[in-house]
Amino acid sequence: MPADWDSPADVLASLEDVGYLADDRISQVVFLAAKLDKPILAEGPAGVGKTALALALAEATGRRLVRLQCYEGLDEAKALYEWDYHKQLLRLQSDEGAQWDDLEGDIFSEAFLLERPLLTAIRSQEPVVLLIDEADRVEVETEALLLEVLDAYQVTIPELGTIEAVTRPLVVLTSNNTRELSEALKRRCLYLHVPYPTIERERAILRARVPDLPEQFADKIARTIASIRQIPTRKAPSVSETIDWARTLLALGIDELSDAATVSTLNVLLKYQTDIDRTAKELGLDVDAGIESG
Amino acid sequence: MISTLAEFVDELRAVGIPVSMVEAIDAAGAIEYTDLAARDSLRATLGATLVKNLRHYGAFNRAFDVYFGLEPVGSPEPSMDDGLAPGEGAGVGAGSGSGEDLLDSFVDALIGGDGGRLRRLVSSAVDRFAGMQPGRPVGGKYYAYRVLRRIDTDELLARLIAALSTDPSTGELDGRIEREQAESLVQQVREQLEQEITGRLIADRGRQQVAANRRLPLVEDVDLMHATRSEIEEVTRAIRPLARKLATRLGQRRRHGSKGRLDVRRTIRRSLGHGGVLLDPQFKPPTRSKPEIVILCDVSGSMATFARFTMQLTYAISAELARVRVFAFIDGIDDVTSYFSPDIDFVEGLIAMSREADIVRRDGHSDYGRSFTEMWDRYPDSVTSRSTVIVTGDARNNYRDTGHEAFENLVGRSRATFWLNPEPRRFWDTGDSVMSSYSGACDGVEQVRTLRQLEDFVERATLPTARKHRVASHSVLGN
Repeated sequence: MPADWDSPADVLASLEDVGYLADDRISQVVFLAAKLDKPILAEGPAGVGKTALALALAEATGRRLVRLQCYEGLDEAKALYEWDYHKQLLRLQSDEGAQWDDLEGDIFSEAFLLERPLLTAIRSQEPVVLLIDEADRVEVETEALLLEVLDAYQVTIPELGTIEAVTRPLVVLTSNNTRELSEALKRRCLYLHVPYPTIERERAILRARVPDLPEQFADKIARTIASIRQIPTRKAPSVSETIDWARTLLALGIDELSDAATVSTLNVLLKYQTDIDRTAKELGLDVDAGIESG
Repeated sequence: MISTLAEFVDELRAVGIPVSMVEAIDAAGAIEYTDLAARDSLRATLGATLVKNLRHYGAFNRAFDVYFGLEPVGSPEPSMDDGLAPGEGAGVGAGSGSGEDLLDSFVDALIGGDGGRLRRLVSSAVDRFAGMQPGRPVGGKYYAYRVLRRIDTDELLARLIAALSTDPSTGELDGRIEREQAESLVQQVREQLEQEITGRLIADRGRQQVAANRRLPLVEDVDLMHATRSEIEEVTRAIRPLARKLATRLGQRRRHGSKGRLDVRRTIRRSLGHGGVLLDPQFKPPTRSKPEIVILCDVSGSMATFARFTMQLTYAISAELARVRVFAFIDGIDDVTSYFSPDIDFVEGLIAMSREADIVRRDGHSDYGRSFTEMWDRYPDSVTSRSTVIVTGDARNNYRDTGHEAFENLVGRSRATFWLNPEPRRFWDTGDSVMSSYSGACDGVEQVRTLRQLEDFVERATLPTARKHRVASHSVLGN
């Protein structure tokens, strides 16, 4: 099924079908991306569901997901394409005495091309969802590799010429904002900031992902998390950590957030001791209560 | 619509948000796929196409509220069946207003989540208390202040908490959650009030002027020497990516893409697979230098706000790099690295530092000469050929000895030295500022008064490949 949504509400519904609870802003931007053939640049803190958005889009549209995980030192050969030297060499050796002109045309043909994610996404006969994950990890210079793909949906290979996209992929770039992406890249994208969810949305996510959780308790957890995020910590709890926390509480058979229960499970939410200490202090939790129960 | 959009783009550019031509065209195209009646869809569309930096969203929203965000202006007609109690409506009981009965109505509307009623209440409060006069050149803040003086928000907060609290015996955690909920409701009142007043001002003076009056500096243009608390918080949030960038920049030695020297042994080993043809040259990974940063920070009174900012930057850098040493000085210098390690809470570290660190020797006025001399005497080994020294301070020396020999000794040992001065350049070397005694020795001297200037510095901060031969800087001292 291609991405032929009629309205943002359509997007919202089809994402909800695959278990991703978007909000009006997300669905509007996804709708625009599909209509205008533009990449989405999703930026926001870690663990709020940026990558999950791309996965959900692939599932909702029934498209294949092509993923390019970015890291420092990513280069052309890993992102776009590479010539298969070994195969080319074998070809040359197997055909001694042949005319050089024939051979040259032959070994630089598509049969000797190794596809990497960006080229795969471009050449795919079926439309795909292309996820470029953690784009802020590559160096500024490497970003330029992405520009041609994002702008014109094409890849230029000097020996072969320009390969244009057969079908337009739906592109999602994610960034944790550890550095500013270049203006050139941002200009080509629709910018989508994915913040921590509102209390209502987080409650809905909890209900969807942890179905056994009673409504009241989910509400309480969502409100507590929102409160903890107000405290200046090094790493605020993400949505996935909220879900982990809810599951932990359920598994322990806890159905009320007493001081003792909160203190002894705070380490599921927060990963730095200073954060845990500080949060316990700010929330006025009795730290000793946790030790007794633990 | 298109002309309003063009005006809106102009307004964004006037605030300082970079909106390119292409982006404006994208926005115009995207509007076709947007439900214009739904304000939030339009907000999402324009935000996604025009504003590509999270830091600019505050300014974007302020401008959006003026151009697209408001209900049609004019007080809605209060009718008998819309739930307004007597005395609530516009005009009724005007002048009597202690605002007492109004508070209860606000509590009802807020708890019930009745947006329409809240709007009418705010509108009638503006009618009664703001005393708005057409054409009067007064900003919206003034009117909001006049209304808020009559609506007792502290009392409103207290009543909301009382109304939200279900069980009086609940613990501190529940209390905190209820308080936060009540605060966000009071915030709704403030926002509604601001909208209402802005709407009326627009009717009076037109959009462009109201938008211009409402402009606030972008986060990167906030003057760090005189920043407010909330501005500092926003700046703080932007620091981390910057610290990371600085850390990587100082760590870079070679340009990207160069792979280092040919590894002959591995290349030949590799070639055995294809009959000894040296097909696949192997390279040694380039040696990445491990950057060391030494920060010298003036924390005297005149630098207080700025010092807090540099300390915040330092804290962020030390989370990125293993080898960071921090020295704070006023008229004495002390190693304060231990107060800013990543496992210590920043604010607590700052408090502990100001209590314990040995940085005041005499009268607590900056003495750069004494501090640098002491640094050279007490910590000569802290600066090595691998360290980058960053000095932050206004170089206002209170007419004392500059101690430039000690400073030049330190600089001579370092790989590179940068000086960040928060004062505007034109004030350097006026009064007791002795900037030029030091600037000759430094690899870079920058005015850093805003986040944007700090970003520029980080962008340009490239290290000299080797310690350049230093010409004695006495010629600089001569003038």
